Amino acid sequence: MGGTSGGAALEIDRISKRYGDLVALDRMSFAIGAGEIFGFVGSNGAGKTTTMRIALGVLEADSGEVRWAGHPVDFETRRRIGYMPEERGLYPKMKVGEQLVYLARLHGLDRATAIGRTRAWTERLGVAARLDDEVEKLSLGNQQRVQLASALVHDAEVLILDEPFSGLDPVAVEVMGEVLAERARERVPVLFSSHQLDLVQRICHRVGIVQAGRMVACGTVDELRGGGPELVVVDVPAAAPGWSRSVPGVQVVHEEGSRLVLQLDPGLDDQVVLRAAQEAGPVSEFARYRPPLTELFRHVVKGEA
Amino acid sequence: MSEQGRRDVRLSSAAAVRLVAGRELTTRLRSKAYRVITLVLVVLVVGFALVMQAVTGSKAPDRIGFLPSAGGLSTVVQAAAGRSGQDVQRVRVQDAAAGRRQVADGRLEALVTGVHGQRVQVVVEKNLDDTLKGALQAAAAQSALDAQITRLGGDPAQVGIAVAKARVHVDALQPPQRFDPQRLAVGSIAGILIYLALIATGQGVAQGVVEEKSSRVVELLLATIRPWQLMAGKVIGIGLVGLLQVVVVGVAGALAGQLSGALDLSFSTTFGAVAWLVVWFVLGFTLYSLVFAGLGALVSRQEDLGGATAPAMMFLIIGYVVGISVLPAAPDNTAVAAMSLVPVFSPTLMPMRLAMGAVPLWQTLLSLALAVAFVPLLVGLAGRLYRNGVVRTGAKVSLRAALRG
Repeated sequence: MGGTSGGAALEIDRISKRYGDLVALDRMSFAIGAGEIFGFVGSNGAGKTTTMRIALGVLEADSGEVRWAGHPVDFETRRRIGYMPEERGLYPKMKVGEQLVYLARLHGLDRATAIGRTRAWTERLGVAARLDDEVEKLSLGNQQRVQLASALVHDAEVLILDEPFSGLDPVAVEVMGEVLAERARERVPVLFSSHQLDLVQRICHRVGIVQAGRMVACGTVDELRGGGPELVVVDVPAAAPGWSRSVPGVQVVHEEGSRLVLQLDPGLDDQVVLRAAQEAGPVSEFARYRPPLTELFRHVVKGEA
Repeated sequence: MSEQGRRDVRLSSAAAVRLVAGRELTTRLRSKAYRVITLVLVVLVVGFALVMQAVTGSKAPDRIGFLPSAGGLSTVVQAAAGRSGQDVQRVRVQDAAAGRRQVADGRLEALVTGVHGQRVQVVVEKNLDDTLKGALQAAAAQSALDAQITRLGGDPAQVGIAVAKARVHVDALQPPQRFDPQRLAVGSIAGILIYLALIATGQGVAQGVVEEKSSRVVELLLATIRPWQLMAGKVIGIGLVGLLQVVVVGVAGALAGQLSGALDLSFSTTFGAVAWLVVWFVLGFTLYSLVFAGLGALVSRQEDLGGATAPAMMFLIIGYVVGISVLPAAPDNTAVAAMSLVPVFSPTLMPMRLAMGAVPLWQTLLSLALAVAFVPLLVGLAGRLYRNGVVRTGAKVSLRAALRG
């Protein structure tokens, strides 16, 4: 994976935004490489949507800069960005096909190309049969597919998608994930926000966790998951409860029946722990424990609060 | 993507405005509501012309029967009836019984059976039409007078000529404007039409702005085009749709009035009124739609739109109500004339006054000049409201906050 080669394509550089006394963004910074899928996670109100709207130029930052390929994003380059707003952003009473052609043309495509791209993307996303229906007549899931089509229809060279997976059925989630991966293979930088952390963990190359307008953790999923203290999971069903307390440099962080998650002091050899476990009884499970993103997220957000 | 592989995504302002206006045009012209409303308005103005024609137009002359004994009265009755604008056809009836039958079955309006001294005897089915009664009364008086003149040795014919020559000559220092009632009617209809058109298109603009805000599609649009391009395209598109409606309804009404004979105004008078209607619609729409767009951008939900657009609606309604309630009775009212020069009121008042006639040239030109001069001012104001309001979703943006930016 690792599209990070080739340097940063999209850079968010210390952007800040205040609404009166409320600090929405505080020197938010991160960069996305060409062909990289970047997952943007954080609680509601953490500043994800504000960051995306500023990147799109819909909102103005108080300070800071958004650059693409080394140049500040301006009015003309913005047309190359594919955007999916958090809430549906389509005319409810306009036909799917006409709407996509219209949006493609606003992004600078000529009519014939716009029609061709509309047909291609609606087929790819499985909504080609609904081209002549008004958007509001489609199910929410299908509206979401049309919404994604509107972000892709002009052959966007950057994708910024706010909650693209919310409201999708599992099949659509699969298609959406494939499309994002496919765009990334075309070296398009993809930024998307989501609350579905298992999904973010599965399809993103890198993840940024936002808290109160600041980036509090940013890196590959592996980096984030491996970045904490060393943890092992060990299960000794026959051992006496509390056996691990006699092992120096080890704390129980989670207990589920006889299955324990242990945190090891820095520098402690995990083989020492394994031997201690074997002395306590037959070991049925012993492994390095890497917390899922969900747990990391909870940890990071709680720690900051 | 490599630099050289990049396609050209530049979009000129004209192209952006044209795209937005084109979308408004096609979606609105296709809408069922627009077509139905246009059709209803056409049916209303044409129907009104036809009803007017039926009520006031020429109808068959009244048939009045005269027995031989009353034959001498027939010319006098016809002349008297003519003076009061009634067309009378004289019918000679040989015997009273046949005449009575004809009155009974409606073939005759009335039967004059004879003159007994100063009394004229008339047979009618139920009651005598007032105008006809007046004519007969005049005829009776005339014949009594003639009899007296003859008895005094004079010549009734010469007396008649002398009486006819007697006249009052009025030398008015300020000759009053004479207004043709038909032109007053045309003016009122023009007033109603432009009022309806301005309200409908103004609201259309405001609703369109809110639709884009509430559906958040505005975020997609503003990522590609500038706020002023979106606003201009929307206003031009909706304006053209409204203009088409005004022209269709105005021309249909004018044609119906002329061809059916309901209006005996010259073609140039009638179509002059339509032309002024169109001119003032374009001006009025430009003035009001900009404000409606700016005010619409302050709210995010259609429910809040009424309150936001109330200030603009108020001016529209005041102009219309003052015009429609004062002008038909007093088309030369000085206060209304003064009001009709003010840009916010001129779009509703001027087309009414111009259709009614007798607007001094300087007033016409001044009102046009003031309205045109007002446009750049409103463009600045509305553009500011729109730009500052359109991306703020959620609660209503206050007017002051939007103006301050």
